[in-house]
Amino acid sequence: MGGRTARTGVKDEKKAAKGMWSFDSQFQVTNTLADAVFNSAKASGQAVSPDCNHIGTLDKTPTSFAINRSATQVESRLPLEKVQQTNLVSISSGYTENWGESNMADASPKTDISTDADTDEKSQRSDRGKLNAVVASDSSDRSKGSLDQKTLRRLAQNREAARKSRLRKKAYVQQLESSRLKLTQLEQELQRARQQGIFISSAGDQSHAMGGNGAMAFDVEYARWLEEQNRLINELRTGVNSHAGDAELRIIVDSVLVHYDEIFRLKSNAAKADVFHLLSGMWKTPAERCFLWLGGFRSSELLKLLVSQLEPLTEQQLVGISNLQQSSQQAEDALSQGMEALQQSLSETLSTGSLGSSGSSGNVANYMGQMAMAMGKLGTLEGFIRQADNLRQQTLQQMHRILTTRQSARALLAIHDYFSRLRALSSLWLARPRE
Amino acid sequence: MDRVRDLASKKAAVIFTKSSCCMCYSIKTLFYELGASPAIHELDHDPSGRDMEWALRGLGCDPSVPAVFIGGRFVGSAKDVISLHVDGSLKQMLIDAKAIWF
Repeated sequence: MGGRTARTGVKDEKKAAKGMWSFDSQFQVTNTLADAVFNSAKASGQAVSPDCNHIGTLDKTPTSFAINRSATQVESRLPLEKVQQTNLVSISSGYTENWGESNMADASPKTDISTDADTDEKSQRSDRGKLNAVVASDSSDRSKGSLDQKTLRRLAQNREAARKSRLRKKAYVQQLESSRLKLTQLEQELQRARQQGIFISSAGDQSHAMGGNGAMAFDVEYARWLEEQNRLINELRTGVNSHAGDAELRIIVDSVLVHYDEIFRLKSNAAKADVFHLLSGMWKTPAERCFLWLGGFRSSELLKLLVSQLEPLTEQQLVGISNLQQSSQQAEDALSQGMEALQQSLSETLSTGSLGSSGSSGNVANYMGQMAMAMGKLGTLEGFIRQADNLRQQTLQQMHRILTTRQSARALLAIHDYFSRLRALSSLWLARPRE
Repeated sequence: MDRVRDLASKKAAVIFTKSSCCMCYSIKTLFYELGASPAIHELDHDPSGRDMEWALRGLGCDPSVPAVFIGGRFVGSAKDVISLHVDGSLKQMLIDAKAIWF
């Protein structure tokens, strides 16, 4: 109901309230009719003015409105009334409001009846009971042009109905708002629960996951990947603990590394769809997020942790691992500096340009140009995530090349255990008792 | 293409960049970190920049910048450089081309 906005725009005008000829509080339709009237008034460029009061004389009606007429019947009267409405307009230039549907206006122009304030007070004191009489008034009052008792009562009724309607609407909106809040809270809880490693799938998720590579879809894929990772690692652990042969271990180690390739592939797709989701680390648990670097773990840190656990290492291996650590560190630094340059460039792009009047086309063109440039820069974020993941992937591969099969197996177990503990820490943290 | 080859052969380490490209900044930083002083050619400030970019794409460089040449030979884009750096090949290439000494 587009007209409703027109009506609420003058909601502080009691005059508008008067115009709602809701004959009974039961009739909702009259609001619509009032809207229609408002629209026509606005459309014809006529202002809503207090002068509409004098249209309040209900003494002469072309048709008789019974209180218990149905909404549809009232509405069907509209075309007929519109004809009379135009007559009214032609009669007097003083009429600034077309109360078409009621059309009980006095034919005589500018009959000043009473001020708004007076009638408002009267309405507050008036009887609020149901008005069962026919709206059509006695024609004898017509000449006087004054508001009789019935009219006053009816006006009060209308106001009351309108007020109740407004209250109902307000209550409904408040209900909607609180529902919305609750929904947001539930969503947050769900997100938190997911981060704790609980795989929650619902009908909505499924359809979304099929649909694309959005944030939620990636979260689902990542959860699945973690499950599979756990399974493979357990297999590896069994192999290591049971002192399985190298050949057997190699197969499992290779499958774990291939599985790592899989997450990098998934991340690459997700970066295209929603790079900020990856950068935010919201798909990881809080404690993991603490160590987040360009959407993932820092290879150099991981290697530092591993060195102590992988001993004994040969001289060559020590050199190899040390070099690998240094290389990954250097690459990380280079990428970090590139990101800083990007941030700086982005802020410069957004901060240049005058903040003066935005009227001139030159400024608008500048603004759009700035935005276009900034958009281009944001687009390069995906490249940085991709190279960061590339670095992680290459580091894992190189580590595997330097180490023996058994050492690789232990390294992969150590890496997994480390992240597992971080995730467990996150769970503990989220579940901690709070005052 | 000729211009690309020509410039690439002039120094042991050559990187083609664009002034606005931040990934290029990363690769440059990496080279400086290794002690190399590569020749930097910004395509957006070169009159034949567009032709050069087209030539680099023809070499398989995607995105076209950064494009790295060592000892006159095309090495690759950021992804290749990082991969080669991680397995130690990049450093060796630079030493062989006499861009660095250790």
